Amino acid sequence: MSRVLGLIILLGLAGCETVQPWERGSLAQEEMQWQPDLLEARLRDQVHFSKEASSGGAGAAGGGCGCN
Amino acid sequence: MPRLLPGLVLCLLPLAAVGAGIGQPAPALDLPVLQNGAARVSLASLRGKVVYLDFWASWCGPCRVSFPQLDDLHEELSPRGFEVLAVSVDETREDALAFLRELPVGYPVAWDGGGVTPQAYDVLGMPTGYLIDRDGKVRLVHRGFRRGDGARLRSEIVKLLEE
Repeated sequence: MSRVLGLIILLGLAGCETVQPWERGSLAQEEMQWQPDLLEARLRDQVHFSKEASSGGAGAAGGGCGCN
Repeated sequence: MPRLLPGLVLCLLPLAAVGAGIGQPAPALDLPVLQNGAARVSLASLRGKVVYLDFWASWCGPCRVSFPQLDDLHEELSPRGFEVLAVSVDETREDALAFLRELPVGYPVAWDGGGVTPQAYDVLGMPTGYLIDRDGKVRLVHRGFRRGDGARLRSEIVKLLEE
């Protein structure tokens, strides 16, 4: 039983895939972004960080493109 | 553990795969061109010229900056034996064509939706440009593209043209 379970977990590993830089077209689509409006999100971050007296931790800017 | 070692080495082998390093011969390339019908373009046919091989995608911001600058360089320096060859890595051909309608250029733009050539060159991001000398060797790898990069590239291209 545990062998079968181990095998199933190992098979799951095959689903892990590195997205290559040239395969990021779909990820760069607007509907794939975390924020619907980048400018609005930056403004909110600015206010948030000034109130919290901290910055960073909100992840990197840009989406999908392997260039920045 | 000693029995595991060969397997471990095999797992790490793909990481050691070399792309197009500086001084190395540029990997061969033969792709369909997006403009003017169904012609093909290959690096071999451009041997003897200084070539700027540009990997780009329609969804990449800096590529939008690079196109007009590369087109200017091509227009100025092509009589002296300089050629630009752009390769779109868009998965959909129509995306690349829409980009070209917006920013038309005078140099050939090829399409590789399967990702075979960017893999061969070990491209790390878009855009990446490879400056290839008259003997087909990679002499410079240019990653990303900013406003003044065209002028910087120009001096490198001229240096190779005068060799």
